[in-house]
Amino acid sequence: MIDKIFSNLTRFSALLILVIVAWIFVELYNQSLEAIHAFGFDFITKDEWAPNLEKFGAYSAIFGSVASTFLAMLFAIPVAIGVAIFLSEIAHDKIKGFFGVSVELLAAIPSVIYGMWGLFYFVPIIRDLFGGMGIGLLSAGIVLSIMILPFMAAVTRDAMNTTPDILKESAYALGGTQWDVIKDVIIPYARAGIIGSIILALGRAIGETMAVTFVMGNVHKLPKSITDPATSIPVTLANEFAEADGSLYFSSLFELALILLVMSFVVISIAKFYFLRKERRGV
Amino acid sequence: MTAVQKRVLVNKIILALSTLSAVVAIAFLFWILGVLVMKGVGALNWNIFIYEGAPPGYAESGLKHALVGQAILVGLATVIGVPLGILAGTYLSEYGKNSKLAHLIRDISDIMMSAPSIVIGAFVYAVVVMPMGHFSAWAGSIALAIIMIPIILRTTDDMLQLVPGTLREAAFALGAPKYKVIMDVVYRGAKAGILTGVLLGIARVGGETAPLLFTSFNDNFFTTNLNDAMPSLTVTMFNYAISPYADWQQLGWAAAFILSMFILGLNIVGRLILYFGKGK
Repeated sequence: MIDKIFSNLTRFSALLILVIVAWIFVELYNQSLEAIHAFGFDFITKDEWAPNLEKFGAYSAIFGSVASTFLAMLFAIPVAIGVAIFLSEIAHDKIKGFFGVSVELLAAIPSVIYGMWGLFYFVPIIRDLFGGMGIGLLSAGIVLSIMILPFMAAVTRDAMNTTPDILKESAYALGGTQWDVIKDVIIPYARAGIIGSIILALGRAIGETMAVTFVMGNVHKLPKSITDPATSIPVTLANEFAEADGSLYFSSLFELALILLVMSFVVISIAKFYFLRKERRGV
Repeated sequence: MTAVQKRVLVNKIILALSTLSAVVAIAFLFWILGVLVMKGVGALNWNIFIYEGAPPGYAESGLKHALVGQAILVGLATVIGVPLGILAGTYLSEYGKNSKLAHLIRDISDIMMSAPSIVIGAFVYAVVVMPMGHFSAWAGSIALAIIMIPIILRTTDDMLQLVPGTLREAAFALGAPKYKVIMDVVYRGAKAGILTGVLLGIARVGGETAPLLFTSFNDNFFTTNLNDAMPSLTVTMFNYAISPYADWQQLGWAAAFILSMFILGLNIVGRLILYFGKGK
């Protein structure tokens, strides 16, 4: 009897996850129906966002999300791979432990703190270097890249560490330098894992809200240069959701949330199912 | 230059670049930590723990409201999320095992772990805040719990699978029903791991801001009413930091420091438990 209750309780809890995820999609879709009917495909191709005129086009927000994530990846990927190589192949064991733990702890720092640091310390530097307000795509991309770096480096290092020692040792025995071993043994062996880790980091970066909300500007216009203020989907949601009035405005924001969810679901699924299928790890 | 010399040179350059990137990364991250500690410690004083939020310019202004609110929000999320996460993880490891359903749940839950937290906030707004008609601590906690469940589920599943099957068989052989085996043998064997998972889960949602922005909202006043908008450290930090007032920004840094120490502490304790749990 208790046995039955217990097993049903666990099954119920497990199924609840599926129910919640399905419910999130259905609810967001239902809430965005009004905007979908009102704007159709124009919603994602037009960039006019005028709450007072009840006109909503998400192109600039989608563009901002993609552009800031792209910039972040541009900065973060080379450094993360460098850090991963350093951690898995170069560093002495003791340094490895220290660097490894600090990288993992830094990945745990709340993103709102990266955003706050960006606003007070990084934006002034960008302002002095490039002029303008300092707030914009470039700042967002850089702060985002710093925020995502520990996570990306840690998972890339894990992927590299899956290379069997015996393969590396054989290559060294043939007279390979460390770089030869890295480029001809480790990278080919761990390629799927490395690419998967990077895409997974991308999936996180695209939905990141607080690190960029401080430094992006929430301006619904296509930026002319990377130092211009811009907006992204999470930034728009964070700034406007609590203050929105009118059901069409709300519905448009829900449609933005749905677009963001679908985007990150697709990216994360590609990383998890295509590249990281075999290795299940704790991220 | 011979081919060998060239290869050695290229090797040196690459290794130097890679070390340089590690140094640059660590430098940036220590810069952030340094700012956090300098600004945070500078802004700390007893008033922060004694006084509630006040308009800018008041000397008697503190973070008591946000500290208590944060504890309530995260505590309530833990009470909702941890049992559900552990039970679901138990199902995957002990009942579902390698069935298609169990794998589907694992995959979906894994994806949820990386899904944008602001979207969860929007969802909870639609299903909790809109029907209730106002922001509430319940809504914030539910949003945090939804984020927490996949983390707890994942660690529970992993940790229970580490318990040797022979232990379960020995208990079954003594005639114990399955729930007793799970409660008294499997859970006991995986205690340290589950506890670590719970601590890391709490640490993760403790730093979440985005899902609280439009669920528990924020408030500058002390409240313990779960049906009211509830202040949190993270949203208070956000609001104070983007305000133009120097004293509010100071409080924002103090909040950032307290929150980071709390989260780093949980992470360190979690790792230590796992480390010493394994050692035995």
